[in-house]
Amino acid sequence: MKSLGSIRRSFEPWNDPDAKPYIRFDGVTKKFGDFVAVDDLTLHIYHREFFALLGGSGCGKSTLLRMLAGFESTSEGSITLDGENMAGIPPYRRPVNMMFQSYALFPHMSVEKNIAFGLKQDGMARSEIDDRVQSMLKLVKLEQFGKRKPHQLSGGQRQRVALARSIAKRPKVLLLDEPLGALDKKLREETQFELMDLQQDLGLTFVVVTHDQEEAMTMADRIAVMNYGRIIQIATPAEIYEAPNSRFVADFIGDVNIFDGTVVSADPTGTELDIGGGIALRSDNQTNVKAGGKASLVIRPEKIRVSREKPADTANAMSGEMWDIAYLGDMTVYHIKLESGQIVKASSLNAVRIVADPFTYDDRMWVSFDTDGGVILGEE
Amino acid sequence: MNSNWSRFNIASVILGFAFLYLPIAILVIYSFNESRLVTVWAGFSTKWYGELFRNQGLMDAAWVTARVGLVSATFATILGTTAALALTRYTRFHGRILFSGMVYAPLVMPEVITGLSLLLLFVSIDFGRGFWTVTLAHITFSMCFVAVVVQSRLVSFDRSLEEAAQDLGASPVTTFFQITLPVILPAVISGWMLAFTLSLDDLVIASFTSGPGATTLPMKIYSQVRLGVTPEINAVCTLLIAAVTIGVIITSVLNKSREVRRRRDEQAAYAGR
Amino acid sequence: MRRFASAVVSRLVIIVPYLWLFVFFLVPFGIVVKISLSAPAMSMPPYTPAFDLANGIGGLIDAVRQLSFDNYVWLTEDALYINAYVSSLTIAFISTLFTLLIGFPLAYGMARAPDSVRPTLLMLVILPFWTSFLIRVYAWIGILKPEGLLNQMLIWLGVIDTPLIILNTNTAVYIGIVYSYLPFMVLPIYSALEKMDYTLIEAAQDLGCPPITAFWKITFPLAIPGIIAGCLLVFIPAVGEFVIPDLLGGSKTLMIGKTLWSEFFNNRDWPVSSAVAVLLLLILVVPIMFFQQAQAKAQESGR
Repeated sequence: MKSLGSIRRSFEPWNDPDAKPYIRFDGVTKKFGDFVAVDDLTLHIYHREFFALLGGSGCGKSTLLRMLAGFESTSEGSITLDGENMAGIPPYRRPVNMMFQSYALFPHMSVEKNIAFGLKQDGMARSEIDDRVQSMLKLVKLEQFGKRKPHQLSGGQRQRVALARSIAKRPKVLLLDEPLGALDKKLREETQFELMDLQQDLGLTFVVVTHDQEEAMTMADRIAVMNYGRIIQIATPAEIYEAPNSRFVADFIGDVNIFDGTVVSADPTGTELDIGGGIALRSDNQTNVKAGGKASLVIRPEKIRVSREKPADTANAMSGEMWDIAYLGDMTVYHIKLESGQIVKASSLNAVRIVADPFTYDDRMWVSFDTDGGVILGEE
Repeated sequence: MNSNWSRFNIASVILGFAFLYLPIAILVIYSFNESRLVTVWAGFSTKWYGELFRNQGLMDAAWVTARVGLVSATFATILGTTAALALTRYTRFHGRILFSGMVYAPLVMPEVITGLSLLLLFVSIDFGRGFWTVTLAHITFSMCFVAVVVQSRLVSFDRSLEEAAQDLGASPVTTFFQITLPVILPAVISGWMLAFTLSLDDLVIASFTSGPGATTLPMKIYSQVRLGVTPEINAVCTLLIAAVTIGVIITSVLNKSREVRRRRDEQAAYAGR
Repeated sequence: MRRFASAVVSRLVIIVPYLWLFVFFLVPFGIVVKISLSAPAMSMPPYTPAFDLANGIGGLIDAVRQLSFDNYVWLTEDALYINAYVSSLTIAFISTLFTLLIGFPLAYGMARAPDSVRPTLLMLVILPFWTSFLIRVYAWIGILKPEGLLNQMLIWLGVIDTPLIILNTNTAVYIGIVYSYLPFMVLPIYSALEKMDYTLIEAAQDLGCPPITAFWKITFPLAIPGIIAGCLLVFIPAVGEFVIPDLLGGSKTLMIGKTLWSEFFNNRDWPVSSAVAVLLLLILVVPIMFFQQAQAKAQESGR
């Protein structure tokens, strides 16, 4: 069975026509004065889904999260959670909890008191609170730290206290605002997997806001890429990466080469694109472009091969000279300048330690790729 | 800014502090002078302090001042803190400009104007002058100082702490008393102390708004000072200076040791991750 | 219901201090203006009301017609008052200048002090601010009077033969104002300089700027907001100062705060002292608004 990307998912309620969305944003708009932070946005998130809102700063992702938490009201449209309209419900009455970017740990309370805070607000019995706090501490592996104050903890420990505090009330949905932003790279990678395991174990719905594409790709079942208050694409990480629906998404996620040209032919078997200089590129990908129109072929660097000789049996090959080489350890990135002047990025995995005939600057090179390597995007 | 503490810098700091502290030091020294002539040193004595405690008028005035200070500082702290909250939390309401004007203006308003205008208010509503008029006047001007102190703390307050509390189910009122107030408490306390000292110091406004039986210590000192310098007044002043100095030093030492402990904890936490 | 309650609470946060300041700060000014427009009387309170609302609209119109600007005319006709205003402004201005001249090097020296001593220096500047104003002024009487310590020392040093007369002159007032208000000048300048990044000076020197030029082109301009705040904090209250001219100044020292005080307490002429206050406020309204703007800006940007 063929699939986009190297992962097969068994959990995909968004493809099930009978599944009911758990969280619904319907036509939601949020204005701050004249500034439109969220623009007529509709988004459905399913029960037990790990959903990521991805975008640059100011794209409206945090506003969306804060509307769900109840810190911002909607200017238009409605937000529904588990069938209940959230309009007019203040944050302290909503069955969602949030993990804040700054963690927002109460500095004057111990770790235990921080975790117990939300439970106390619900008027839970003392003994029950104590039990819950202990089990939460155990869950985040901080049993010995219960009596400490937040400033006596390291960054990673604080992050776990914030997490424990926000799941202690067993919310219907956990909102995470840049949950790993303050951690260093190593810790961040570890914590990503911990969060995924936790979400599986608790069976909660997670909505995470992040500007870090790697974080979103690693953790999320689906990603919504946002820009200027709108959703540009909602799809699984593999779809977002391998089949971006727009230049924005292609450019935002990972590295990409874009060849602009005119459509020579477009039919169910594929598309042919004239990019000038007598070069025509072919792709199996067939979108709603028409012959004679403008379109682009978008292809990731690792789908491009580099060689000294022109490959014999390839549909797409172009010659150029080696312009820059970046050796990154696990892989090497080549920049090859085509005759047209365009620079093509190609990356190759360093699968062997000892290379017989390595490339160097100014070498005459060929770049080539298969017809299923890239996607065709029409004019936007 | 740091490094390069030049000779010029050191000299200006030393001279500046000499200017600030010499007069006070002289006053303190001469409060222990045996002689009544305050400019001639005639040996060490503490007799003026004994004299002081037998001066019923001064003791009464001190008691009035203490009561006015405690009551006015407490109310000024409550009002000033709410004013600071209003200024930082509500950026848009009717008359906000007027409101912030009324908060900041008393900081520089000449005391004679504040004193006169409050007196005329009390007279025109026929409010008997005495303890309460002085107290009301002191609340009014010192609440503005409290507001400024608390406001500068609130500006750097991390609002997500309050959002986190509400997110966890605390109502706004609960959030204020369980989260906001404990976090800004140091600023509120120093606001209270500032209000208390302002009330303790004030002569002009108290002179305008006070009535019979509510003579404050500064008023008493002033009326005696006009008659000339006496070692007795030096002794009162020394006691007041000592009280304030001890208070300020204790709080700053406490703050400092708390800061040091906090920094040590933080370092330990990061080292032992 | 709970939402309603919390909405009421959030309203109260604004309304209570607003109302308090309105009643005890703004309304009194209205009363001062009103009384400044009424005629003096030998009674208690010693003025005839300018208008009485009990008489209704007709009475109000009647009263407005009777409003007298006599007190203001009186102020402009008597050279004493005009001189007092002018001399208050002059004394405040000169004192502010001297405070700046002493305060700036002090603040600059503090800001460049090593990190370890800076908090102590800061506390030492704040400490006199906590001690009574009256006491600090009083301390100078013993020093400045003819047989006081300053003269004793100067004679002992052989600088002078006969005691200098400093107490009860304008010089003593300058000394008193500079001394009392010095912390107000130092603190804002210090906080402006302390925030400054020293690498800016290094960058300027790296680009070929000698230290003195670097000071005037980099350090000084960055300290200007602090200097302005400090000057306003000294100048505005100094114009209306009462205690210092009263205790240190002489009979020839004219300052408006003193004039107001004696009109009020000695002559018991409330309408005239109100008029004096109104004019003083009019003179100070521009610097006060200037100060408020700077204050609001500083507070909102989060110092």
